Amino acid sequence: MAEMNDHGGHTVMRYPVGVALAGGALLGIFFMARGANTAMVLHGFLFLAFCVGGIFLLIRQAYAAPTDAAGTTYNDAVTRVGVIISMFWGVVGFLAGLVIALQLAFPELNFDLPWTNFGRLRPLHTSAVIFAFGGNVLITTSFHVVQRTCRARLAGEIAPWFVLWGYNLFIVIAATGYLLGVTQSKEYAEPEWYADVWLTLVWVVYLLVFLATLWRRREPHIYVANWFYLAFIVTVAMLHIINNLAVPVSWTGTKSYTLFAGVQDALIQWWYGHNAVGFFLTAGFLGIMYYFVPKQAQRPVYSYRLSIIHFWSLIFLYIWAGPHHLHYTALPQWAQTLGMTFSIMLWMPSWGGMINGLMTLSGAWDKLRTDPVLRMLVVSVAFYGMSTFEGPVMSIRAVNSLSHYTDWTIGHVHSGALGWVAFVSFGALYALTPILWRRQRLYSLQLVSVHFWIASIGIVLYITAMWVSGILQGLMWRAYDSLGFLEYSFVETVAAMHPFYVIRAAGGALFVVGALVMAYNLWRTVRGDLRSEALPAAQPSPAVAPAE
Amino acid sequence: MIRHATIEKNSILLLVLILIVVSIGGIVQIAPLFYLESTIEKVEGMRPYTPLELAGRNIYVREGCYNCHSQMIRSLRDEVERYGPYSLAAESMYDHPFQWGSKRTGPDLARVGGRYSDEWHAEHMSAPRALVPESVMPGYPFLAETALDTTQIADDLRANRAVGVPYTDAMIGAALADARAQADPEADGAEDLQARYPKSQVRDFDGNPAMISELDALIAYLQMLGTLVDFDVYKPEENQR
Repeated sequence: MAEMNDHGGHTVMRYPVGVALAGGALLGIFFMARGANTAMVLHGFLFLAFCVGGIFLLIRQAYAAPTDAAGTTYNDAVTRVGVIISMFWGVVGFLAGLVIALQLAFPELNFDLPWTNFGRLRPLHTSAVIFAFGGNVLITTSFHVVQRTCRARLAGEIAPWFVLWGYNLFIVIAATGYLLGVTQSKEYAEPEWYADVWLTLVWVVYLLVFLATLWRRREPHIYVANWFYLAFIVTVAMLHIINNLAVPVSWTGTKSYTLFAGVQDALIQWWYGHNAVGFFLTAGFLGIMYYFVPKQAQRPVYSYRLSIIHFWSLIFLYIWAGPHHLHYTALPQWAQTLGMTFSIMLWMPSWGGMINGLMTLSGAWDKLRTDPVLRMLVVSVAFYGMSTFEGPVMSIRAVNSLSHYTDWTIGHVHSGALGWVAFVSFGALYALTPILWRRQRLYSLQLVSVHFWIASIGIVLYITAMWVSGILQGLMWRAYDSLGFLEYSFVETVAAMHPFYVIRAAGGALFVVGALVMAYNLWRTVRGDLRSEALPAAQPSPAVAPAE
Repeated sequence: MIRHATIEKNSILLLVLILIVVSIGGIVQIAPLFYLESTIEKVEGMRPYTPLELAGRNIYVREGCYNCHSQMIRSLRDEVERYGPYSLAAESMYDHPFQWGSKRTGPDLARVGGRYSDEWHAEHMSAPRALVPESVMPGYPFLAETALDTTQIADDLRANRAVGVPYTDAMIGAALADARAQADPEADGAEDLQARYPKSQVRDFDGNPAMISELDALIAYLQMLGTLVDFDVYKPEENQR
C-alpha cells in the first residue's frame, strides 16, 4: 500500500528532523542566555521547550505501534488534537474580548499595570480569535477536508504535527510578547520579526503538506473547498512576508523597525489587513462552507459554475479593497477611489458565494428544523451575506467619512467575525467531533440549540450596540451648533458611549457562555457520552398554528 | 481555450494562477506610491526624531496607544477645526511603522504637540480620570517610575538608518548624549542637539530631575507631534491629492 511506503519514508525523515530540533534547542538556549530583555529570554525558553518536546514526540513515535492500527488510512490523530486546541483558543479569545469590552465600559479594570492595560490586551484578543482560534480551525479543517476529498492520507507523518504545534508555538510567542510589550504595532501583524520568521517556516511546511496531499489524490478533480484553502495558504504567505519586512535592532533583541514608512507602510498594512479578512477570514472559511454545508445537508453544492465564478472573482477583487481603510487620508485619492470601487464590486462574488452556500439546501430545508448543527452553518452563511453587504456600503467615501474611526467598524467586524467566522467554525467543529472520535453523534443536540440561541442573542446585542454607538459618535464629532462652532468636545462623545459599551459587554458575555456550553458538549462527546434526549429528528413537528 | 477542468486537475497550475490573480491589485495600487510626487515629497521642517523622541515613540508603540488614538487628520471640515491642518504624507515619512491608527476611542494625536503642558501630560498619564473624569483611558503610573532603557539607543538609530531614515554618523555617535541633553536643561549639549535636530524641545518633561524616565521620553514625543511643519509657510496647492 502507498501508505506503508510513506511510513517507510517517515522513518528516514526522523533523523534530519531530530537534528534540526536539536539545533533549535541550542538556538533556544542561546536566546535564553543572550536575550536583550525578559521577553527574548522567555521566548528562547519556549522555543527550547518546543524543540525538546518535539524530540520526545519523535522518540515516542519511533517506538509506537504503526499509526494505521485503528484500521483507517486517514490521519485523524492530528485533526483530533486540532479540534481540542481550536476549542481552547476559542474560549480564551472570546474571554479576552469580554475583558477588554469591560475595560472600555469600566476603565478601572485596566488596573494601571503594564500587563493588563487595554493597549496590550486588545492585540491579545484579536490575535487569539483570528489567528489562534480561526487559524487552528483552518489548519484542522483543511487537514480533514483535503484528506476526505482526495481520498488520501495526509502527506507526511511528522510534517502535519510540525505545522500544528509549530503554529501554536507562534501563537504562544505572540501572545506572551504582547503582554510584555513586544509588538510592531501593525494591526493583526503585531508579532515581532523572530515570530514572523518562525511563522513563515511553519507556513511553508503547511503549504507543502497541503500540496503533497493533493498530489496523492485518488480523485481526478481537486474539490472546490481545496481551491479556497489553497488560495488562503498561498495569499496569506505573500501578505505576511511583504507586510512584515523589517530590520531588527539586534539579533538578540525583540525590537525591529519596518522596512516601509508612512503612506507606503500604511497602504501595505491595509493591503495586508483587509486581505487578512479576505483570505484568512473569508477564503479559508469558504473552504469550510464548501465542504461542511453540503456534507451536513447531504446535498451537492448548488452550482458548479457559480463556484468557479465565485472563486476567481473573489480572489481577484479582494486584493484591491485595502485602500478603503484610508479614505480622506494622505493616500492619493485615485488609490482611495480604486479601493472603494473594487470593494463595491466585491459585493457580487460575496453574494454569489452566499447564494451557492444557501441554495445547497434546496430540497433539504426541512433539515434546519431537525439539525441544529446545520442551522448554525446556514446562519453563518446568512451573516456572511449581511456583513459582505455592510462592508461595501461602509467603503463608500461619504459613508466612510462618518463610520471611520468609530465603533461602527468594530460592529461590522464582529458581525462577520462572530456571525460568520465563529458560527461556521462552531458548525464545523460540531460536525467533526463525532466523526474524528468515531461517535454515533454529539453528546447533546439540544445543547447545540442552546448554544445557537445564546450566541445569536449575544451577537445581536453586540452589533446593534456598536451600530448605535458608532453612528452616534460619528454624528457628534461633526455636529455644529447654530453659531458655527463644533457642538461637542471629544470627551463628551466618549461619555455618550458608556451605555452601549455595557450592552456590548453583555452581548460578549453571552457569546462566551455559549462557547463554554459548546466546550462542555464536545468534551462529553469525546468521552463517548450520549445524553438521553428526544432526538429532534424523531420528534414530531412542534405544534404550530396553521399558516392561514 | 483552456477548460476549467484542466486547472482543477493540476495543483501547480492552480497555484500559479492564484498567485498571478492575487498579485495584480497590490502591484497596481502599491508600486506607484514609491514614485508619485505627493507621496514622496519632502516638506520644509521634517526631520528624523531625536533619540529621546524615538525612545518615546517606541513606548507609544509598546503600550499599544495606536489601538485607541489615530495620528491622521482627514481632510474633513470638522476634523481640521478640531485637530488642525489635515495630515500630510510627508509628516509620517520617518515613521517605521506608521501610526495612523484605525480607531478613535480617544482623540487624534497627530497635532497634540504643544496643546497641553508637560505637567498636564504627566498627571494625565498617571491618572487620566483625575483630570478628565469621563475618560476611559488606562493609567500608566509605572512610566514615571521606570528609568528609560538607553542601552540600545544608538542601535535604534542605526536600524532606522538601515530602513532609510537619514541619521548621520554624528547623530548615531551622539545618540546617548543627545537623549540626556534633551531631558536635562542643565546639561551641556543642548546647542549641538538643536543643530542636529531643529525645533527640538529641551526640558525636564516629567518634572523629576533625578532620573530620565520612560515618561520623559513619551512626553517629549507627544509634545513634538505635528509641530515640525509650519503651516503658515506651507503651500497646500503643492500637495494636491
